[in-house]
Amino acid sequence: MSRIIPIGPYHPLQEEPELFKLYCEGEIVKDVKWETGYNHRGIEKLSQSKTFDQVFFLVERVCGICSTSHPFAFANCIEEIGAIEIPDRAKYIRTIIGELERIHSHLLWVGLAGHFLGYNTVFMWAWKYREPVLDLFEMITGNRNSYAMFKIGGVRRDIENHKISRIRETLDTVRKKAEMLTGAVLDDPVIHARTKGVGVLTKEDIINYAAVGPTARASGVGIDVRKDDPYAAYPLVNWKVITAEEGDVFAKAKVRLLELVESISIIEQCLDGLKKEKEGETEIEVREIPEGIGTGRAEAPRGEVFHFVKTDGSNYPVRHKIRAPSYVNIATFKKSCIGQSISDAIISLAAVDPCYCCTERMAVLYDLQTGEKIMNGKGLIELSSKRTWDMKS
Amino acid sequence: MGFKEYCFKKSLWVFHFGGASCNNCDIEILDCLTPRYDIERFGMQLVGSIRHADVLLVNGSINQKDRIRLLEIYRQAPKPILVVAIGACGCTGGIFAEGNTFAGPVDKIIPVDAYIPGCPPKPEAIIAGIVKLMKK
Amino acid sequence: MIDLPEIEDLRKQFGDVIKEAAVRKENRATVTIDPSSIVSISEYLFRNLNFRFIIATALETSFGIEILYHFSRDISGLVLNVRVVLDRKNTEIESLTGLFEAANWIEREMHEIMGIHFKNHPNLEKLISDGNWAEGVYPYRNTEQ
Repeated sequence: MSRIIPIGPYHPLQEEPELFKLYCEGEIVKDVKWETGYNHRGIEKLSQSKTFDQVFFLVERVCGICSTSHPFAFANCIEEIGAIEIPDRAKYIRTIIGELERIHSHLLWVGLAGHFLGYNTVFMWAWKYREPVLDLFEMITGNRNSYAMFKIGGVRRDIENHKISRIRETLDTVRKKAEMLTGAVLDDPVIHARTKGVGVLTKEDIINYAAVGPTARASGVGIDVRKDDPYAAYPLVNWKVITAEEGDVFAKAKVRLLELVESISIIEQCLDGLKKEKEGETEIEVREIPEGIGTGRAEAPRGEVFHFVKTDGSNYPVRHKIRAPSYVNIATFKKSCIGQSISDAIISLAAVDPCYCCTERMAVLYDLQTGEKIMNGKGLIELSSKRTWDMKS
Repeated sequence: MGFKEYCFKKSLWVFHFGGASCNNCDIEILDCLTPRYDIERFGMQLVGSIRHADVLLVNGSINQKDRIRLLEIYRQAPKPILVVAIGACGCTGGIFAEGNTFAGPVDKIIPVDAYIPGCPPKPEAIIAGIVKLMKK
Repeated sequence: MIDLPEIEDLRKQFGDVIKEAAVRKENRATVTIDPSSIVSISEYLFRNLNFRFIIATALETSFGIEILYHFSRDISGLVLNVRVVLDRKNTEIESLTGLFEAANWIEREMHEIMGIHFKNHPNLEKLISDGNWAEGVYPYRNTEQ
């Protein structure tokens, strides 16, 4: 007898609708169907009515968590159309903001993953150590999320040299806590039991679905826009791409935690770079954008963000296409979830780090026969937590 | 103190509804639970079902599909319920108000008791807004 | 004008099907092809040259309804746009979902916003528009303002 179990973490953060329906036989998931459209805001169409400067504010709000990556890719795109070369100081600042965002996003993910597994302490700790990073953002840009730092030709605000020591101190604290968190999470035997071999995506799956980001890197596909198609200050600093081979939830967690530490190292090198550049030179003047097409990419915490813009010499984009990484990553859920038990389904989905606004989500549980609601997302999280608890005792 | 006031002066249970949002506000609401702001020490908690809630937080610009869900949620909510519109999108639709699927800011769909503007509003602002509402 | 090795390769394999090629930089290029060869060219790019499908953009221009398929060759950072132009009256093209799952959702979305029909798509049903706008309306076409 097969039942439908719609998934939708009813967690406040996941109140976003994207209806996942899991068809189950007993405890095992046999098929997945989904329904989207609840988060559709018509951004690409809105973009056509905004000037290039205004579009930055619009694309920042495509997603709150990867809020820098969209302006980053858009800036890369327009600067490609206009063949604009930005000053080195602006490159370093852009990279710093991008990497700080990666740190805060990965910490956010660790917290959520902990919550789904039933480790609410991990959730509280990870989010507590996100706060210093958000304070840094507030100091540099004035806002904790949505920084409005990018403009065509450079950045809108400078990171003055006197702020650099404060940034370094905070990063030191975050590094220590991140290393402690990494150790605690990756060594815990129950987490091993809950995440190893769960939600596996093979290399072939990744290539078939064209998945990107840590989801792909955890299955041995070492693609990273920062290395493959370098932009901003990434070619000016030393860093490495983090990959793993197993493709399961544990590998994805490992990749994200190690990337977090790598990001701190990148930022520190960029801060050294800033000291060498003249303070205040953060942009070049851009008079107009010629007619043409351009493609811009950036590596968001979740993977490759891609923007395509067609211009006609006026102040408005003629067509603006945005592809967020979650668009391709969420589709892999079909592969990683089938054959799993229901209690593992939630962590398999969370491992892909779906961005609820770049795509959307929600889930609820219905009985196939009677159409009655059996369990909602909260129930699924509780089911998952209970399994952890049973394992521990 | 009337019965209604008595109920509201105790711990507030909050239900959160996210429309078509960018998630910044959702994260700031969730941030209120974390150790730095920690609203749970006041007895406020986020609940999973609208039927247990005293306060309905709505954020995000509402599109046509969400409008139907929002009306359904409001219908299921036990009255009296306080509705709070959070963020620029919740209050007026924000930058998405000109989009082709926009279905009106929250107060065009359900009655709103408090507005907390910001993009996103800081956790301090959210807490201050809810406290102001409680004092009303 | 520089020609890229990948485009040379395509020309050798497919000849006249490649109608024109525009190379903007050493890692950005666009080739315009005949719509009927989209599957064979995509298959060659995907299987033989290890390109990854990024996404596809549908737009309306003075030439008709255009689709730009964006492919990435990760080892070199090349972004190759494969451009097809469809007639406004008969906007149909073969689906790429049989080659890779990555094309599934975007083809559904392009169908909803531009009214393009993808032949042999496994489930060309609504992705984002259900309840959001009316049947038969294609918001991104210039006539629907």
